[in-house]
Amino acid sequence: MSEAVKAPAKPAKKVSPGVAALRQVVEDVYAAAREAKKRGEPVGWSSSKFPCELAEAFGLHVVYPENQAAGVAANRDGEIMCQAAEDLGYDNDICGYARISLAYAAGKRAAKKVDPATGEYVIDPASGKPLKDADGKVVIDPETGKPKKDPKTMTPYTVLEDLNEIEALPDGEEKERRLASVKGYRQMIMPQPDFVLCCNNICNCMTKWYENIARMHDIPLVMIDIPYNNTVEVDDTYVRYIRGQFDNAIKQLEKISGRKFDEKKFEQACANANRTAKAWLKVCDYLQYKPAPMSGFDLFNHMADVVTARGKVEAAEAFELLATELEENVKTGHSTLPFAEKYRVMFEGIPCWPKLPALFKPLKENGVNVTAVVYAPAFGFVYNNMDEMVRAYCKAPNSVCIEQGVDWREGICRDNKVDGVLVHYNRSCKPWSGYMAEMQRRFTNDLGIPCAGFDGDQADPRNFNAAQYETRVQGLVEAMEANKQAKEA
Amino acid sequence: MSATYTLGIDVGSTASKCIILKDGSEIIAKSLIDVGAGTSGPQRAIDAVLEAAQMTREQMAYILATGYGRNSLMELADKQMSELSCHAKGASFLFPEVHTVIDIGGQDVKVLHIENGTMTNFQMNDKCAAGTGRFLDVMARVLEVKVEDLGRLGAMSEKTVGISSTCTVFAESEVISQLAMGTDKCDIINGIHHSVAHRVTGLAHRIGVVPQVVMTGGVAQNAGVVNALCEELGTEIKTSPLTQYNGALGAALFAWQAANRAR
Repeated sequence: MSEAVKAPAKPAKKVSPGVAALRQVVEDVYAAAREAKKRGEPVGWSSSKFPCELAEAFGLHVVYPENQAAGVAANRDGEIMCQAAEDLGYDNDICGYARISLAYAAGKRAAKKVDPATGEYVIDPASGKPLKDADGKVVIDPETGKPKKDPKTMTPYTVLEDLNEIEALPDGEEKERRLASVKGYRQMIMPQPDFVLCCNNICNCMTKWYENIARMHDIPLVMIDIPYNNTVEVDDTYVRYIRGQFDNAIKQLEKISGRKFDEKKFEQACANANRTAKAWLKVCDYLQYKPAPMSGFDLFNHMADVVTARGKVEAAEAFELLATELEENVKTGHSTLPFAEKYRVMFEGIPCWPKLPALFKPLKENGVNVTAVVYAPAFGFVYNNMDEMVRAYCKAPNSVCIEQGVDWREGICRDNKVDGVLVHYNRSCKPWSGYMAEMQRRFTNDLGIPCAGFDGDQADPRNFNAAQYETRVQGLVEAMEANKQAKEA
Repeated sequence: MSATYTLGIDVGSTASKCIILKDGSEIIAKSLIDVGAGTSGPQRAIDAVLEAAQMTREQMAYILATGYGRNSLMELADKQMSELSCHAKGASFLFPEVHTVIDIGGQDVKVLHIENGTMTNFQMNDKCAAGTGRFLDVMARVLEVKVEDLGRLGAMSEKTVGISSTCTVFAESEVISQLAMGTDKCDIINGIHHSVAHRVTGLAHRIGVVPQVVMTGGVAQNAGVVNALCEELGTEIKTSPLTQYNGALGAALFAWQAANRAR
């Protein structure tokens, strides 16, 4: 008996074939990992910018805790999982993704509350959307004077379950019931790891996070240490240091997989990763059109493919398909943005996944499209040989010096014609947020555009305040408008 | 041609302020109620300002709401704007040479950069309450003095006591420790003013301080904070007797622009 994938309560919104293909690629990565686990094959957990080409060369199945944590947070279970990690002793100052992942690794799961007397789920009266009549008007409850809830949209309370506790139960009704209560979306049913792949190019919290998981499960840790680049060019000594670690990682992976390193598979994975990167950059470049043929927020969703499947040909093909759709959108004047584009901004940082509707609301109200995100250059790396591959993996948002970081961002701000910058001071990501005050100053000096910062968190909703955010967005919009009028005058 | 009257209302976190302007240049009436967003304050402030002007809602060509509680006045006001732009507008009206506005309100601190009377960039505090009006409220309570007396008492200080600028709760503990040690209240108050100034200076330096610098918001009435800020920033800071009404004034000015556009 194990956790099972359950069909979602409501069907997903209709999307274009390209977007559907991208979603399917990610679904397939996780489904293949679950199947591999069932067959008794080792399954790994990997940091988002670990050289995936290495695991691909061994045909190893790998899943991605950062992508998982973003999904858990977007499904509104970030808080309960973060709290679970805090109860285990992890400080609430550390990354929300790390906390969700560590709680998950420890067997903690978000689950639906069950009434033990009846075996039924206990519905949360605060959940759900207002009930609407045939004319689309909200139905008011005559007794309370408040809008009635649509029972189809109401959900049970969320409680914390412990998978280890459930699995220790004897087979029977209680075990089945508790197992069935674990939420069934894919991020909540990721197989537990048999090895971990850690590369600290994205942050140093990653190192301790993965060491903890390795210790918790008594499994091998494959570590690639990338030193911080305090120069724009990657030093040759760094390349030699990292090449040496690649050799060591290959030896470890040979032991884990029980197979020899397959040069051909490796070359294929590298070719796929390059093709995916080029297609990803092509998709990102469509945001240069004014108005843009898509909402820049789409890129945050498509990031899942760059993270989980950039070494797979299917990801490259899906991005290429999406690029053809965007080309068509440009020709026909269509856009995935559900409102008219009035202002264009760079969104700096990871979105507040638990608060996406609140994040999007004032942007929509003010006609603001996100047309630049730093992920475009940060994940769009193309290389021709092993040394170049090493250099590419040295370039992540938190491992490059401020000159490189500013250059990346100002490049896309200019190319994608932004009117302002909205900076997420992400409580989960101190290295990223730490240098943003100086970056903001440079953006304003170099580009002559206003910047606004707001407090938030990529996974922990307790660190976001919608009213504060709305004021900052409105202020930014007013400053962008004043800037526009001054330029026109 | 008959005069155009516009009303600006600033619904802050701790107070509601209104101003009625005639033809975008003459202040006809003003009102201030000591409670803000989510209370009866906004309605009472509107009633009070209309009564002071001996006018009715219908005589207002345009009403513009700003401040933390601006969105609660969707029906009463014709438009909502952020307090950032309104403070910039109000300060530019009172001080045409202004380039930097420092506004310390009840629960936030803003530093605005102004070019030709328009806000072109801004910085705001993070979630922390240190450096805000609320910080001073908490300290006044611990010291058993009225918040409006802080400026006068701080001026009697002979030395500055170091008070943390990183956290209201930590700073409160420090004040209690100083009181327990028998430190003079006036010296503690002087330290509190420097603590606020230090916090705000950090924010101001992020955006750059370009003279003329104007301070707005209720805390600008506290000469201790203003003087400490002058010291920390090394520049003169202008204030106005209308400082608390500055956001409402900006709102009334924007309302006048909107009324003119609508014609």
